[in-house]
Formats: sequence, C-alpha cells, structure tokens
Amino acid sequence: MTLVRPALEGATERPARRQTRRAGARSPYPTWFFLPAGVFYLVLFVVPTGASFWFALTRWNLFSAEFVGLANFQQFFREPALVKGFVNTFVYAFLTSGAKVVLGLALAVLLTSQIIARGWLRSVVFFPVLVSTIGVGVMFKVLLDPFDGAVNTVLSWVGVTGPGWLTDPSLALFSVALVDVWKGVGLATLIYIAGLVAIPQEYYEAARVDGANAWQNFRSITLPLVRPATVTVVLLSLIGGLRSFDLIWTMTRGGPGFSSDVIGSVIYKQYQAGFYGLSTAGNVVLFVVIALIIFPLSRWLNRKEVTL
Amino acid sequence: MRRRGVALGSVAILATTVVFVVPFVFVLLTASKTQQDALDLDFSLPTEWALLENVRTVLATNDGQLVRAFWNSTVLTVVAVAIMTVLAAMVGYVVQRRRSRWNPVVDALVLAGLIIPPAVVPTIWVLQGIGLFKTMAGLIAVHVAFGLSFCILLFRAFVATIPRELDEAALIDGAGPSRLFFSVIFPLLRAVIVTVVVVQAVTVFNDFTYALYFLPGAENATVQLTLYNYQSQGLNQWNLLFADVLLITIPPLIMYVFFNRQIVAGMTSGAVKG
Amino acid sequence: MNRTRTLTAGAATLAAALALTACAGGGDEGGGDGEATSLSVYIDSSPASVALWEGLKAAYAEENPDVTIEVETHPAGSEGDNLIKTRLATGEMNDLFWYNSGSLFQALNPDQNLVPLDDEEWVGSIDDNFATVVSTDTALYGAPVGASFAGAVIYNKTIYEDLGLEVPTTWDDYMANNQAIKDAGLVAVAQTYGDTWTSQVPVLGDFYNVEAADPGWAEAYTEGEKKYADEPALAGFEHLQEVYDAGFLNEDFASAVYDDAVRMLAEGEAAHYPMLTGNVASSIGENYPDAADTLGVFPLPSSVSDDNGLTVWMPNGMYIPKSTEGAQLEAAKEFIAWLVTPDSCAVQAETTDVGGPFVVDGCELPDDVPALVSDMQPYFDSGDTGLALEFLSPIKGPALEQITVEVGSGIRSAEDGAALYDEDVVKQAQQLGLDW
Repeated sequence: MTLVRPALEGATERPARRQTRRAGARSPYPTWFFLPAGVFYLVLFVVPTGASFWFALTRWNLFSAEFVGLANFQQFFREPALVKGFVNTFVYAFLTSGAKVVLGLALAVLLTSQIIARGWLRSVVFFPVLVSTIGVGVMFKVLLDPFDGAVNTVLSWVGVTGPGWLTDPSLALFSVALVDVWKGVGLATLIYIAGLVAIPQEYYEAARVDGANAWQNFRSITLPLVRPATVTVVLLSLIGGLRSFDLIWTMTRGGPGFSSDVIGSVIYKQYQAGFYGLSTAGNVVLFVVIALIIFPLSRWLNRKEVTL
Repeated sequence: MRRRGVALGSVAILATTVVFVVPFVFVLLTASKTQQDALDLDFSLPTEWALLENVRTVLATNDGQLVRAFWNSTVLTVVAVAIMTVLAAMVGYVVQRRRSRWNPVVDALVLAGLIIPPAVVPTIWVLQGIGLFKTMAGLIAVHVAFGLSFCILLFRAFVATIPRELDEAALIDGAGPSRLFFSVIFPLLRAVIVTVVVVQAVTVFNDFTYALYFLPGAENATVQLTLYNYQSQGLNQWNLLFADVLLITIPPLIMYVFFNRQIVAGMTSGAVKG
Repeated sequence: MNRTRTLTAGAATLAAALALTACAGGGDEGGGDGEATSLSVYIDSSPASVALWEGLKAAYAEENPDVTIEVETHPAGSEGDNLIKTRLATGEMNDLFWYNSGSLFQALNPDQNLVPLDDEEWVGSIDDNFATVVSTDTALYGAPVGASFAGAVIYNKTIYEDLGLEVPTTWDDYMANNQAIKDAGLVAVAQTYGDTWTSQVPVLGDFYNVEAADPGWAEAYTEGEKKYADEPALAGFEHLQEVYDAGFLNEDFASAVYDDAVRMLAEGEAAHYPMLTGNVASSIGENYPDAADTLGVFPLPSSVSDDNGLTVWMPNGMYIPKSTEGAQLEAAKEFIAWLVTPDSCAVQAETTDVGGPFVVDGCELPDDVPALVSDMQPYFDSGDTGLALEFLSPIKGPALEQITVEVGSGIRSAEDGAALYDEDVVKQAQQLGLDW
C-alpha cells in the first residue's frame, strides 16, 4: 500500500520498452486509455492552473488584469500575517502528521491484535473520517467554548479551569490541530491496518522461536515492514496539513487576530478581499512550498524503503 | 493472552468511546433539544425531546431544500465517483503495465494534482467557455478532474499486484485491449475499487467549496450548503444545525456500514499479494 | 442585517469559507408564460433581507400582477462579494441586484458593468448623500432600498437610571460611567470577538469624530496623505485598547458572539455595546421586543471635543447590470421606480425593523420605532451626522477586523495595530490603481 511510491518510480525496464515498440499501436495496453481522464484533467486542472500562473503576475479584479510582474509576490511576502502563517503551517502540518503516524500506528497495532470488540473499535475510530469538515468544526467549536463548552465543564468538575481553547492566541492553533488529528487518525489507522495485515505471519513465528518479546517484535519486524504504510501516511497527511484550511477556517478563521493563520487562510483572505492576483500568487507560493518539501521527502523516504 | 485481550479491549472501548463517541452524543442531544434549551450548549439531557420535530423542521426549511439537496448530492456523488473510478483505473492500469515515454508525464501530472490547490476563478472561466458553468455536469466534471490523482495512485499500486500472466492468458484467448481491461482486469480490481469509491464518495459528498462556486443557486444546493441555513448572524439555531449535521451524516454512515469489511480487506489484499 | 455588509466584508457571517447559500425563496427560473414578465433579483441570504424582499415582492405583485419578481440569494459577507463580481464579470448577473453602496459598489467597476440611471424621474427624490455613494464620476447607478443606520454605542437606559448616570459627551465621561457600572458589578462594555466583524465598530463608528477634528480627512486618506497611525484617527484604536486595559469587558469577550451582547444588554447584564443600530433594531424586533424602550443610543464620544455626532451608514442600492436588455430592462427600471416610493418604504418599515431614517423624500418612519431609533432623530434633525469612511473613500483594508480583535483583547497595542492597518490598506489602494 504505497500510494506515492509508484508515481516516483522512474526507472524503466528495457525489455518492456522493446516489447512495447514492437507491438506498436496494437499493444494490449493502449495509450488511448489515458485520453478520457486526460481530457478532464487537462481542461479543468491544467488549463486553469496554467492561467493562474499568469494571473499571479497581474493585478486582477475579475474585470481587468494589469500586468505587474512580480509585485504580487513581493506584496504577499510583506503580508503581516504571512510570517506567522508560514510558521503555523509548518507547525500544524508536522504536528498533525506526526500525531497521525504515532497514534495511527498505535491504534492499528491495537486493532489488529486479539482484543474484544475489534470491529466496533475499528468503526468508531474511522467514523469521524466520514463526517464533513464543517460538521466537525462546528461541533468542536461548541464543545471547546471556554465558558459553556462541554470540555471545560467536565474539566471544572475535577477542579481544573479549562483554557480558552480557541480564544487564547497561544493555544488556538494547537486546539485545531488536535481536532484535525481526531478527525483524520481513522484514515491513518486504516492504512496502517492494511500494512500490518500484509506482514507475513512467518516473521513473527520465527521471532517467537528466537524468543523475542513483544517490543522486540515491534521494533525489528513491525516497524520496518510497515514502512510503506508510514510513507503513505506521512506524505498524505503532510500534503493535507500544508494545504489545510477548511478546519482552521471553520473553527477560528485564523484568529484570534492572526494567531492561527496558515498559508491557506492568508490566501483565502486575499481572495475574499478581491485581491485575486495576490491570492493566486499566494497559491503559487503554497504550491512551491509543498513541492519543495514533498518531492525530496518522498524521494528520501522511498529510497530507504525496505523491500519484502 | 485471551484475558489480556479482554482487559485491553475494555480500556480501548472506554477510551475510544470518550474520545470518539461522546462528541456525537452531544450532537444528538443538542439536536433533540428545543431552541431555547439548545442555546445553553451544555452537555445535558433535553428537558423535552424534540428530535423528530427538529428533523421535520430541518426537512421543511426553505420548501424542502434539504430533500432537493439530498437528491443533488446523490446524483453528484454517484456520477462523479463512477466516472473517476473507471477513468482512473484505466490510467493506473496502463501506466503500471506499459513503460512508455508518457509515464513520466502522467506521474508528474498525478503528483501535481495531489499538491496544487485548484484555482477557482480560472476554472469558472473554463467552465463557462465550454458551457458547463452552473450545471450539474460541470460540477461533476470538476470533481472528476480534482479527484483523479488520488484514484490513479491507488489503482496503480494495486494493478501491480495482479499477475501479468492473467493478461497473457486472456490475450491468447483472443481478447482485445478493451475486453482485456473491462472484463478481465477491472473485475479483479474490486477490492481497491471499494476503497476508492468510499473515500471519493465521502470527499465529494462532504465537499462544499466547489459546489458553492461552480454550481450556485438555491435549487442546486448540495447537502453541505444547507448547514448554513441555521447559522446566520442572528440567533443561532443550534438544535436545527445539529439535526442537519445528523441527517447529512447518515448517507456516508450507511455506506460505511455496508463497505466496512471490504475497505480494510481491499487495502490489505492488494498489499498481501504485493 | 444585510445592511452591515460593508462592515462585515472579510467577515462573512460565521465562516466565510463556509458561509453558504441560505437560499430562502429561490423560485423557478424562466417560468414566464408569454405575456407576464419575470424579473430575477439577487440579494443576500440573511433572514432580514429575505423577509424584506418577501414583503416587497408581495406588495409589487399586488400593484403589478403582470410582473413576477423572483428572488435569488447569495451568502452574505465576502463570499457574496466574490459571487457578485464573478457574475458581473461573466455576464451571468440576474436582472437586478441589491448590494452595498459606497466602496464595495465602487469595486464593481460600475461604469463598465452597470446601467446608468441618471435619467430616471425618481433621482431627484433621493437623499444627496445616498446619490453620491451610488455614483461614479460618470453617472449614477443605484436606487436605495432599506434605511440608513448608525454605528454608535447602544446602552441600557435602565442601568443608567438606576446608577444615576448621564449620557456621556466626552470620552472621559464615558470612561467614568464605565467605572461606575463596573463598580456596580455589571459589565460596562460588551464586546463579542467571537464574531470578529463586531470588533471594528469602535474604530469605524468613531469616524465622525475624526472628520470633525480634521475636516477633509477622508479625502486626504484616499490620496494617501493621512494615516490611521496618527491622530485623530488613532483615537479609535486607542479607545479600544483603553476599554480592554481598564477591564471593562465581559468575561467571555473573546468567544461571545453578537447575539450574546444584545441579550446581555436587553437583560440588563451589560450597559454598553458599540454596534450598528440597524442590526440591533432588527434583533430587538425579532428576539427582544421587551427591550424596545430600554435600549438607547449615543454617538461614540470623542476625547478631544464634546461635539457629538453620529457616524452614519447608507442603505444598499438596487442596480441593473448591463446584461439586462430590452423589455427586461424596461420592466427592471419600472420596478426600481416603484421601490423608491413612499409605498415601498412603508412595506420596508413593516417587514423589517429599521435602524434609522430612510433616504427617500416622503418616506417617514413609523411612530412605533424603538427608543434606539428615536434617540438618533435629534442628531439627524440638527445635522450632526457624518458618513462612515467607507462611503467617503474606497480604501478599506481586509484585515481590519483581525487587527481590532488584537487591539481590543490586549494582543497588540493601539499604535502597532493602527500602523499594521495602514500597511494593510496599501493593497486596496494598489488594486484600485491609486498612486500611493
């Protein structure tokens, strides 16, 4: 279950290529299979994205676009919320994907072991994945209300004065990240379960013969062999985290002030304000940032991959 | 071993219940309260159970907008997911099977699709140019375009687990490329298809931004858009809002209950064979 | 509530990413049967707007059975701004649309996108102030629908009576009152940063004082010569900080929302709330009818003068896009002509709770307006009113509400906040092609 690896498998197998050539147009794997998907993709993704690269260089108010060169990028980097936004984006992305890896793996190990109510537990953990982000955001906004919210009410029963989860500037981002993990850990768990089940039982049996304990099993068999799943979880949740926006927007709208702004919300605010060129420039910046992190990372993760 | 399983299981049940179930219980309780009751937002039993009444109110809001929205969302989800599943399977299959000079291009585009955030306004212009703006077909096409990348990745990984000997056998039996794919390979992809369908169906069903931009208009609302009926600047109608959340979570829930087993099975069988 | 739109720009109702179509009304498109004309109107989806337009639609149907008005809604806030612009830019706009006057109207490129209405008969009957906020240098494009309103301090008269307080005319008096109220164990000033847009009112509502202290400030601001970081404009930010520093706010100011504050005022828990009268009038009408006589209003006091005046917002305008042509255009113009009659105003006053006077000649407020609105009348009578900045200058930065939240909750100092805001508006100036 490596989601990203295949896309980066660059090497071509010579024999296969020769075979292809010889088969020519009558290959059993016709290139025209790309066509229908390609049309959708080209028309609705490549063309608009290409256009947006152009618009990023203009001052654009939907009615007219004036070429301004790189001024939008200069302006974007002067954005007061941006520095904070950059830091927050990284904190958020690494925190959520880290938590999803650790919790996802822990839950997956638990949910593949011999425990009661396994099916129920799997369903419960996965369920939040199904609920819409808005639904989850609204729900937790209410639960985390500093005065009437259920979380702080419960805390007050044990004598703790709960903080302003979403209203304390130093806490808001982390509260949202927590909710993100809550919502997304089910998917990570699922991917890990798939990876764990794929590990041949013989390894464990051999280890048992050698007298390995549970921790040793985990360290030397499970961990290395679920690596493909880890790669998938890390990359997917990192991309998701770097692009994240909806949940933050639903819960804090980047506030209080600018304290939980991420790149995504800064871009969105420019868009809202009608600075379309500026906002598209932000999109380009975001894209470059994600690409700069994800490409090398996925290359690195995949190179060190252990093959079964 | 068995006793430990029970103990660990009990702890796990307790912990997951508190963390994952209690919030939904809160939603359910709030959805069952009267508006005045719900304003307190506390975790308590309703003084008066009004769930059915709230559901009825939600269903009737704006001349039954929610019912219309359910229909729209269903059409959107079914058609978009069907198209993207078939098309992505075709791409994932060929790209895995045949090493051609197109492969790097496809790879790059797929990865770009995962990474690049879609550009909304240029997309509207393109849709307008081809006459699909403000149409269900247009919104479906947009979802297909934005969802392809993820699906292709899954299919590609999975096709690798299907032995090539199968292709060869079918070819010897005289099957053409299309028949080989549609009647031999595609059915074998069943497990990963379930995964793709569930993940994408949830994504499409839960989306609201694309619907807002590419298919505006009251009669075109999708279910996510109905949530905002209850959150205007005036009085917050938490009970109705949460009743709506409950209602629109039912379809993904049903789907999950149906496919629960196959999702994990689908993901694992692929990996096992690999 | 729709009337707060300019103020809330960048602050869509709950979550603008999420601020979605509430879509009341709706209606079948193209259901005309040959003779009858059908006009489609694009409005925002806040309940007050929907109610208003339901009323107008019904009243017009009675007078003109041949014309059917269909209402389509878009989300309030900046989501709506973007939808309006997208529709105009793509020629997909409805036959008519109802939208902000002032700076948001200017951002629509009216000369390029809208039908000029200078030659219509009713133009002479609308308030001059309103005429300027729906006009470009070339032409006039809009007709008023709705009433004007003010950004000022809403206060609880019962608390004032109980504590023997006087309506303050200077900032120092106001702060002294706050202290007395706090000492009495009540919330002196309610703030609701859970709805971020509400945090801007103390700054925007102070604009009368700015213009009074420095006439011509708005124009110089548009030219880029005046800044918020300098007095007199800085005062608005300073006041925000002072109120926080003095501990006058409600305990839950960071998470409370607009409606919480109105409730606190109506129930006598809080004494002051800087807010828009239009919003509060409609909240009173909908939820707190008993508070109609206890809630009053006074202008945000100045720290340099005891000359008080109200900062006033103009109602939305009704516009026709260039894409409306022929018979539709004629019907649309006829409909607009009816909208600016006293008949139409009467319908408006009936279906909504207006928060200030109308801007059409011959349109009177009903006798039973809440105290809030009657408190405003003397200022209008004596001419002690001034337009809000957004009607005098196209410059409005998108981050104001985040900055005012920061200043108002002690995260950032007034000077810093004002300077940051000055940075923020540069983008708007550039977007408008101003030479800063």
